[in-house]
Amino acid sequence: MKILVIEDEAEMRDILTQSLEKENFVVESASDFMSAMDKVGVYDYDCILLDINLPGGSGLDILKELQRTGKSEGVIIVSARNSVDDKVEGLALGADDYLAKPFHTAELTARVKSILRRKQFNGNNIATLKNLSIDFDNRQVSINGKAIELNRKEFDILTYFVANKNRLVSKTALAEHVWGDQIDEADSYEFIYSQIKNLRKKLKTYGSEVEIQAVYGIGYKLSDSDA
Amino acid sequence: MKLKLHNYTVLYLSGALFLVLSIWAAIFYINMIDEIHDSIDDGLNNSKILIINKVFEDSSLLHKDNFLESNYRIREVEKEQYLDFRDTFADTLLYTEYEEDYEPFRMLTTIFVGPNGKYYKLRVISSMVEEDDLIEDLLYSLLWLYLVLIVSMVAVNYLLLGRIWRSFYSTLKAVRGYKISDKQDIQFEKTRVQEFSRLQETLNDLIRSNKEVFQAQKQFIENAAHELQTPLAISINKLELLAEKSNFGDEQLQQIGAVIGNLERLTRLNRSLLLLSKIDNRQFDESEPVEMNAVIHKLCEDLEELADYRNIRLLTEESGTCTYTMNRTLAEVLFTNLIKNALTHTEPGGEIRIHIEEKRIYIENSGAPALDASRIFQRFYKASGENSSTGLGLAIVKSISDVYGFSITYTYPEAHRFSVYF
Repeated sequence: MKILVIEDEAEMRDILTQSLEKENFVVESASDFMSAMDKVGVYDYDCILLDINLPGGSGLDILKELQRTGKSEGVIIVSARNSVDDKVEGLALGADDYLAKPFHTAELTARVKSILRRKQFNGNNIATLKNLSIDFDNRQVSINGKAIELNRKEFDILTYFVANKNRLVSKTALAEHVWGDQIDEADSYEFIYSQIKNLRKKLKTYGSEVEIQAVYGIGYKLSDSDA
Repeated sequence: MKLKLHNYTVLYLSGALFLVLSIWAAIFYINMIDEIHDSIDDGLNNSKILIINKVFEDSSLLHKDNFLESNYRIREVEKEQYLDFRDTFADTLLYTEYEEDYEPFRMLTTIFVGPNGKYYKLRVISSMVEEDDLIEDLLYSLLWLYLVLIVSMVAVNYLLLGRIWRSFYSTLKAVRGYKISDKQDIQFEKTRVQEFSRLQETLNDLIRSNKEVFQAQKQFIENAAHELQTPLAISINKLELLAEKSNFGDEQLQQIGAVIGNLERLTRLNRSLLLLSKIDNRQFDESEPVEMNAVIHKLCEDLEELADYRNIRLLTEESGTCTYTMNRTLAEVLFTNLIKNALTHTEPGGEIRIHIEEKRIYIENSGAPALDASRIFQRFYKASGENSSTGLGLAIVKSISDVYGFSITYTYPEAHRFSVYF
C-alpha cells in the first residue's frame, strides 16, 4: 500500500507519515506544489493526502491534474481552511474525502483505510481480524462465523476500533466519529463508556479474540494480541 | 421632555412675539391717548374763546351756572382768589343721561373778566372717547393679531420646516436602519441644504471608518482561527503518537490525556469562533426552504441515546409544519445548539419539551432558577461553572437569527424556554 502525503508544514508531514507508517503503509511525502506534481506524474499511489495551501500552487490544481490522468481516486483533502467551497470543489474534482484540521490520528487512519478498502474489495467489502469478520456492505459482524447483533452505533464503534487496531483511540475521536458533532460535552464521555461497556459484553459473550482495552485518561485500544 | 424642533421654534417665537406685541400695545396706547387729549384740549380752547366772545355780546349768559344741555357753565368768583390763576385741563367723570352712567369728560377751567369788570370762572367740557372701551378694543385686536400670527407661524413652520427637515428625518431613518455589518453602503436621500449634506458626508465617513474597523476585526478573528488550526493539529497528533509509545505509566498517560483534552477544548472553541465569523460574514449564502419539523426529528433521533442515558425525556409536540427559507446547515446548527444547550442544563430525571408551531418553535427544559435574559446570548456567557462548554453555542444561535432576521427570546414560565419566531 503506497500513500503520498502532500503537506508543506514539516511537523504535520512527519506526524502523518509516522502515523501511517505504524499501519505498515509505504509513505512518501512532498512539501510543495512542484515536487508533488513530479511525484503524482511519475508514480501511482493507493491514497493521497492533499493539503490545499501549498507553496507554489494550490492543491486543487494537483487534484485537477490527477483527475485529468484518471488518478483522482483515493485522494483525501486535508485542509486547515475548513471551507465549504474548498470541500465542494475538491469533491467535485474527484477527491474521495475531506478532512479538516485539526483531526485525530485515529480518524485519519479510519478514513484512509475506508478508502483503501473500497478501492481494493470491489463488491467484497469484508475485513477480518482474528475470529472477527466485518461485512461493511451489509453492516454485519460475525465471530467464528456466527452473526452478532449490534446496533448502528455499536457497529460504527467496532469498525472504528478495527481500523485502528492496536492504536490508541481517544474518547473524543471516537465520539466525533460515531456521534458527529452532537457530543462534545465532557460529561458525555460516561455515556461513551456505557456504550463501550455494552459492546465489550457482546464481544465477550460471542468469544471474540479481540478486546477493547481502556487506556487510562485518554481513551481505548482494540487489541488482537494474545498477551 | 424632548420637544420637536417645530414646536421648539413655535414656542420661542410665540414667547418673543407676545413680549414684542405687549410692549408695542402699551406704547401705542399711550401715544393714542396723548393724541386724543391734545386734539380735545385744542377744541376746548377754541370753545373757550367762542364762549367768552359770546358772553360779551350777550351778558345774560353770565348767569348760566349749570352745564345742562350745553357744554359750559360760568360762575362769578372773588377776584383776589384768582389773580394768578392759569387755565387747567382735567379728566373728570360726569353723569350722562344717555349712558345712565358716569362717563369720562375733559374739562377746561379758566378765569375771565366779564364786560362788567367782575371775575368769572368758566368751565368747558368735552366728552372723551371711553378709554376702557378703547383698552378693551385694543386688547381684543391685539389678541386676534397674536392668534393669527401664531397660527400662520405654525402653518408656515410645518410647511416650510417640514420640507426643509424632511431630508434630515430621512437621513435619521437611514442611519437608524443601518447596521455596521450590512454589506452595502448606506444610502442617503439627496438634499439641497448644505448643513444636511455635510451631516450626511460626516455620517458616511464615520460609518465607513467603522465598517473598516469592523471588517478588519472580523477578518482578524477568522484569520486567527485559521492560523490556529495547524498548530493545534500538530499538538494533538503529536501527543496522540506520544501516548501510543507504551512505556508510560497511568499517571503520565492521564497527564497527556488532560493536555489532549484541553487542546480539544481549544479546537472546539476555535471551530465555534470560525463558525461564528462565517455566519457573521454571511458565508452560508445558499438558501432553501427547510422544514424544521424534519430537522428536529432527525436531531432528536441522534440525541435520543444520550438523553436516555442521562435519564432525560425528550418530547416533541407538533401543532403545525414550520418551513423557513434558510441555509440548511445553519438550521441544523441552530436547533442542535438549542437542544444540546437544553440537554446540558437539564438535571437527570428532567424533561425537554420541543413545541413546533407554524411560525414559532420553542424548546423548554426543566430547571431553576431563571437565567439573565439580557446576557444569555452574549459570547462566552456561562451561567454555570461548566468549563467544558465553549460559551458560544447560544451566541451562534443569536448570530444565525440576526442573519435571517427572525427573533429568539428566552423566558422563564416555570421552565427555561427558548422561543424562535420565524
